[in-house]
Amino acid sequence: MQIVLAIVIGAAFGAVLDRIGATNPTVISGMLTLRRIRLMKTILLAIGTGSILMFAGQMAGLVDVGHMSVKTAYVGVFIGGLLLGAGWAASGYCPGTGVCAAASGRKDALFFVAGGLLGAAAYMATYPAWKASGLLDGIAGGKVTLGAVPGSKFDGLFAISGDLLGIVLGAVFVLVAFVLPDNLTGGKTPAEVPAE
Amino acid sequence: MTLDWKLGGVLLGLVFFAAVLLVKPIGVSTQFVILNGIVTDVVNPEFITQTDEGYTSTNAYMAKSNGKYAKNAANPVNYSFIFVLAMMAGAALSAFGRGLDREDKRLPAIWKANFGDTPWKRYAVAFLGGFIVLYGARLAGGCTSGHMMSGMMQTALSGYIFAAGAFLAAIPTAMMLYKEG
Repeated sequence: MQIVLAIVIGAAFGAVLDRIGATNPTVISGMLTLRRIRLMKTILLAIGTGSILMFAGQMAGLVDVGHMSVKTAYVGVFIGGLLLGAGWAASGYCPGTGVCAAASGRKDALFFVAGGLLGAAAYMATYPAWKASGLLDGIAGGKVTLGAVPGSKFDGLFAISGDLLGIVLGAVFVLVAFVLPDNLTGGKTPAEVPAE
Repeated sequence: MTLDWKLGGVLLGLVFFAAVLLVKPIGVSTQFVILNGIVTDVVNPEFITQTDEGYTSTNAYMAKSNGKYAKNAANPVNYSFIFVLAMMAGAALSAFGRGLDREDKRLPAIWKANFGDTPWKRYAVAFLGGFIVLYGARLAGGCTSGHMMSGMMQTALSGYIFAAGAFLAAIPTAMMLYKEG
């Protein structure tokens, strides 16, 4: 059953990423220059929608809180984020959109995936040094959500209702998505996605 | 055809929600490690071994968390690995359905606008970019999917820390590299 779900949800995710333009490096790098941020609006709306549905569903008892999976906060998350951000902007791909683009026949994405496998291997080889450095040790409680979510395995950073906070933040994401202009640099928005 | 952002955003949000409702939040970058593990274990069968309690590996990263990654690499037909394969198939079918421009597949428009017809330079940047992206994602313990989308959706502190780092580096990099297009 799990495998069937993997196929259905995975295929839907890949297809939607393709249709919102996220597998196109022109769209991703264009978004990161802040000149063409339509995709950022899409993603903010998606995070907000997902958040509201999930937390409302958990409050109503329709969504199993046990499905939540919160990753540990540590200094390496920030350093890793910086590295990923630089490579993401330069290549126009992140791990998910890169494999999707490679499967869609984009030649540069094949190079991205090959580089990615090598980068992952390099991390596998250097992991003990990071571990020893202490930069992987949890900070601010490690696996925490911003508020305390009732019934979850995770602590809340602040002593407020995690469910309500999740819905409020979800609404903020949706609101920001609607308020953002198409271009954040103040200049004229270059032509929408160039011919593909 | 790119979807209207409102429709696209709601559809993507529904996919995130379906994932957490039915199984668990979406994540991708771990599967690069799993694929490395599968391939290495084929070349060197000693790489992943079964123990009384489960699986372990000669690589400390594969063996961490009680051999969680080693187990998945030894059994590739598992939810997370199949998820990524299905995601590739879904994207490929969708791209095939709308028809990708041949020239853009060879060299993306934004690259051409800034650096001309230099495909090998582009492939080198994509390769290097891939290396940094996956090294960074593994150091961070997740990528754009796991940390940024799934993490922020769940109000995870780690998701916000990750997003801050990623955008702090990504925006100046993109602005410096891609002045046109």
